Amino acid sequence: MSSADRPRPLPPAEEPSLADRMATVDFDVGGRPHITVDTRVCRSCTTKACVSACPADLFSPTADGGVLFNYEHCFECGTCYLVCNEAGAISWGYPDGGRGVVFRRG
Amino acid sequence: MTSPNTDDRRAAEREGAPGEAGDPPPGGRPALRGVREPEPGRGPAAVDAVVVGAGPAGSAAALELARAGRSVVLLERGPFPGSKNVYGGVIYPRVLDGVLPDWREDAPAQRWVVRRSTVLLSGDRAVSVDVRVPGWGRPPGNGMTAYRADFDSWLADRAVRAGARLVASTTATGLLRGPGGRVAGVRTDRPGGDLAARVVIACDGVNSLLAREAGLHPGPRARHTALGVKEVIALPRDAIDQRFGLSGDEGADFEMLGCTGGIPGGGFLYTNAETVAVGAVLSVSGLASSGRRPEEVVDRIKRHPAIAPYLRGGTVKEYAAHLVPEGGYRHMPRLYGDGILVAGDAAGMTLAAGIWLEGVNFAIGAGLAAGRAAAEALAAGDTGRRGLARYERALRSSFVLADHARLRGALDLVLSPRVQHRYPGLAADLAQAAFTVDNPAPKPGLARLLLRAARANGVRLHHLAADAWRVARVFR
Repeated sequence: MSSADRPRPLPPAEEPSLADRMATVDFDVGGRPHITVDTRVCRSCTTKACVSACPADLFSPTADGGVLFNYEHCFECGTCYLVCNEAGAISWGYPDGGRGVVFRRG
Repeated sequence: MTSPNTDDRRAAEREGAPGEAGDPPPGGRPALRGVREPEPGRGPAAVDAVVVGAGPAGSAAALELARAGRSVVLLERGPFPGSKNVYGGVIYPRVLDGVLPDWREDAPAQRWVVRRSTVLLSGDRAVSVDVRVPGWGRPPGNGMTAYRADFDSWLADRAVRAGARLVASTTATGLLRGPGGRVAGVRTDRPGGDLAARVVIACDGVNSLLAREAGLHPGPRARHTALGVKEVIALPRDAIDQRFGLSGDEGADFEMLGCTGGIPGGGFLYTNAETVAVGAVLSVSGLASSGRRPEEVVDRIKRHPAIAPYLRGGTVKEYAAHLVPEGGYRHMPRLYGDGILVAGDAAGMTLAAGIWLEGVNFAIGAGLAAGRAAAEALAAGDTGRRGLARYERALRSSFVLADHARLRGALDLVLSPRVQHRYPGLAADLAQAAFTVDNPAPKPGLARLLLRAARANGVRLHHLAADAWRVARVFR
């Protein structure tokens, strides 16, 4: 194969940022966090897979080794508890009826 | 596109949940009024059946129960049916032929799929199998693209017209238990919101909190669950028609392999009337161990030279994510218990079998069977475990469990390392070598090219033979 035939790397991304994308989603944010994260438990977690896997990017590592979670723009998908290694770190449930994400073109 | 159905839905949203009477009390959520009228001669149960979740499974179940003359409440935690639901984009609605023969007249289709491409991506190259059947665009039709907000609202409306009572904006928070621990209804987050029922049908989706509480299901596992991430991108209708080679309400369905950056899974691209849906379905355990962000994988697909031209100049209208149960037949929960049935994603009924990716039709098929089984059990006066066992028997003799049983090995094959990481490169190398004309060198034999492509991609001949045998066995 000549060098011209060889597969090339994909062109660089010119995609909207995740924040731009999240701005396209409707949320009717309820007053009660439907998911809670016990950051004390997270301190012993070495992978913190929730931080990269959450499609809405709602988990942030903190300086003290814990995890900060914001429930407001949550897709209610369940990825976080599935990838969580630490029993008891995530209490997962649904928002109150009528609250939370509203998909129009799902 | 704004269908009449969309307008109905928005009106329902403005006016609050259907099935409610009166204004909400100040500072609180309205009670579930009118649902618990005593029904003489029917024991303590307020309604015959509660169906949790107004997705395709739940609405199908409610439709059959209402048609059998049963009192049925259809609970939906979102403000309208479909508002919590995301899928790739194609529904195969022929499952409705027997129950809603006129479905084609007003089902909210975006486009009818007449072109179906399976695309293997490797580096910046692509090899496709492109199937075009114009007849799929004419009645009775085959697959249609639709927004779940439209489709699920439409199907729920059919259940309501048959007599089911839809109560939206209401989350089921747990099960009510009767004597001996049998399921006797659900708790909801409305004041006074306990709903007693002689049978509960849990169609509460992939996370299946009710089936878990009933002890039917340990809950989804990362290894058997995928994360679907999708963008809906607006483009002019003409641009979609020209780029995909479509006209009228014809649509296209592209499934991709080799585009997920090493995470087991695949990509998709579907056409709606004036948008396209593009995204990835990623093994949750693979995503977690990769450390990559899901939207990065979607970006990769979007900028692939085989895909980017279809999307150029489009604007993202909605970003979405949802879990997909992919365990299939081997990981389904128990489908019935004392006073409870499980259907749809809650029962892991999505068929993720490589060349077939279907879910809504399985949910509808299971929901119809659950509704009928519940109605028969109510008529026979036994909604306990024995009376409800007819549900699983019905599913076994229908496509729902027959297809799942037949294709139970398909997902492992599609997600196997060679299919995911080696064969797309092998196919691209082979096709490129076969179609590159580098005269004056003469053409090499195809067999030699195959051997060379296999070797370059780390595939041995006995692997090819073993996988061919496996394909023959899995898709027998």
